Amino acid sequence: MSTAYLDFEKPIADLEAKIADLKTLPGEGEAGAVNVKDEIVRLEAKAAAQLNDMYKRLTPWQKTQVARHPDRPHFIDYVNDLIEEFTPLAGDRGFGDDHAIVGGLGRFKGESVVVMGHEKGYDTETRLKHNFGMARPEGYRKAVRLMDMADRFGLPIITLVDTAGAYPGLGAEERGQAEAIARSTEKCLTISVPMISVVIGEGGSGGAISIASANAIGMLEHSTYAVISPEGCASILWRDSARAADAAAAMKVTAQDLKSLKIIDQIIAEPIGGAHRDPMRTISDTGRFIERALAAQHNKSPQELKAERRQKFLEMGRNLQIA
Amino acid sequence: MADDKKSSSWLTSIRPRFNKVFGQQRETPDNLWHKCKKCSQMNFHRDLTAALYVCPNCNYHMRLGAKERLDSVFDRSDYRVIDLPDVTADPLRFRDEKKYTDRLRDARSKTQMKDAIIVGLGKVDDVDAVAVAQDFSFMGGSMGMATGEAIITAANLAVTKKAPLIIFAASGGARMQEGILSLMQLPRTTVAVNLVKEAGLPYIVVQTDPTTGGVSASYAMLGDIHISEPNATIGFAGKRVIEQTIREKLPDGFQTAEYLLEHGMVDMVVHRSQMKSTLSRVLRHLLKRGPAPEGAENDPLPLASPKPTNKPVDSASTGAEAEPPSPLLSTP
Repeated sequence: MSTAYLDFEKPIADLEAKIADLKTLPGEGEAGAVNVKDEIVRLEAKAAAQLNDMYKRLTPWQKTQVARHPDRPHFIDYVNDLIEEFTPLAGDRGFGDDHAIVGGLGRFKGESVVVMGHEKGYDTETRLKHNFGMARPEGYRKAVRLMDMADRFGLPIITLVDTAGAYPGLGAEERGQAEAIARSTEKCLTISVPMISVVIGEGGSGGAISIASANAIGMLEHSTYAVISPEGCASILWRDSARAADAAAAMKVTAQDLKSLKIIDQIIAEPIGGAHRDPMRTISDTGRFIERALAAQHNKSPQELKAERRQKFLEMGRNLQIA
Repeated sequence: MADDKKSSSWLTSIRPRFNKVFGQQRETPDNLWHKCKKCSQMNFHRDLTAALYVCPNCNYHMRLGAKERLDSVFDRSDYRVIDLPDVTADPLRFRDEKKYTDRLRDARSKTQMKDAIIVGLGKVDDVDAVAVAQDFSFMGGSMGMATGEAIITAANLAVTKKAPLIIFAASGGARMQEGILSLMQLPRTTVAVNLVKEAGLPYIVVQTDPTTGGVSASYAMLGDIHISEPNATIGFAGKRVIEQTIREKLPDGFQTAEYLLEHGMVDMVVHRSQMKSTLSRVLRHLLKRGPAPEGAENDPLPLASPKPTNKPVDSASTGAEAEPPSPLLSTP
């Protein structure tokens, strides 16, 4: 279980710290034993109830923090659990290999696929290596390359989205960040193989949509997907990045919002307390979503797959029922 | 504005055009003169209109409204303005310091436009074409559902008419007030322009100032040919964001049209006075048509040669045709 608590989880952190303390006390039959068993059971029930309650009513800004939780399972964790014979492939054949987007060949439920996604890294060293999941043009150009290959060999594509956004750097602009993103989105919408995307953490703007213009799109319950980060939106519209919570609410960034706006197809439930409290379960539930989504595309012709994917996006925002 | 009625007749006659030019600015005689942002020269508004809002002194390209843009590209400024579908207004019930619906209302009354984009069907040197122009004065030209539907409409029209599609981009990026729906205009417009390309028709993008954010990361970077205007800002991330991220000052000229030309992202940087003839030329090549008819009968109404400049912008003129100085400011 995670030890990194978010600010709003303070009451849970206190309770769980207390439980941990009690558990260090000598148990029954040991010297100096105190009967704390009942107290532990009571506190655990209380913590579970509080967590359940808290996570049912997360604000958009709290969800943003959960989506960015350092212990949240990442691309690599999903690949380790869901993909056999993963064979990472590197490079854009033009400039370099961008570790912010990892991808390659693999076997999902027995079937060969191309799988790729943003990897944020899990400690300082790997976070730097993966540039915190913020890709440069090379990353999107590698994605284009892998999608082309999948298309050529008729392999389904699975993408996992987890990025704060494309990297805003000098070199990235110099090498055509905008064009790279545009080409990657274009490739998603041109290929004739099934493509399934899941937002597992942050769906950050162009950096996300460029590998998520898919036939079916799922989102984890506490993941977010937005046109700009809440901080970015707040600093532009409120001229104060501290108003991020307001921006997150106004922009409607949650999986629940996106489902009701018909941008995504399905919400994948997370364990109480967020994906990081039970990564195995989160990953296997995500696997089940991908499996079902791929099965639904199974009997479609290449032409249908492409035409339906395009139509899906053309329809977005039309005939919206505003509550 | 009770004084309006007492105005002298020359002012009354000039006012409608004047208002169109300067938007919400009031019609004080001072505004008959427009100060160039770059060289500070005072230009008489009529000279400026004739020069398509390029400073006659220093060649600074001021932003051009969407209507003026289409006027400047279609033959005799004659074209059909295409009706665009209505979109759901304010789908998120968005409110920052101001309600989105109020911002929209203000932008509409300021610009007399429905949203930040218009689509026209007409002829460019006798070539049938669909042209789309974005307007920065309408909420920064931001791309929301209206922009998406406009581009989809334009693309479908181009395919139906077997006509090329030209998009004059002028936008700060996605419209935050439409949240995720504005982000979805990236794939939607991408599908649209691909319909044109797959129909074997030319898709030309003219990146004008500014072409940034989600607009640059979608249709504005997917053209068969990219033409930009001198000194236009073109790029993905905002300069401030980049400076904060990398913690250093950005070089001069970063994210300008010339910078993108140097880095292989655009085909050419073209002076506004040469935009139409350049478009006509590339369209005719791609469509395997003969050269454009001689003579100026197809020139748009407001087009006039800019006054001779004091300092040439660039010596890299191709000089291939008998044209005013510096048609191509630089060639790759």
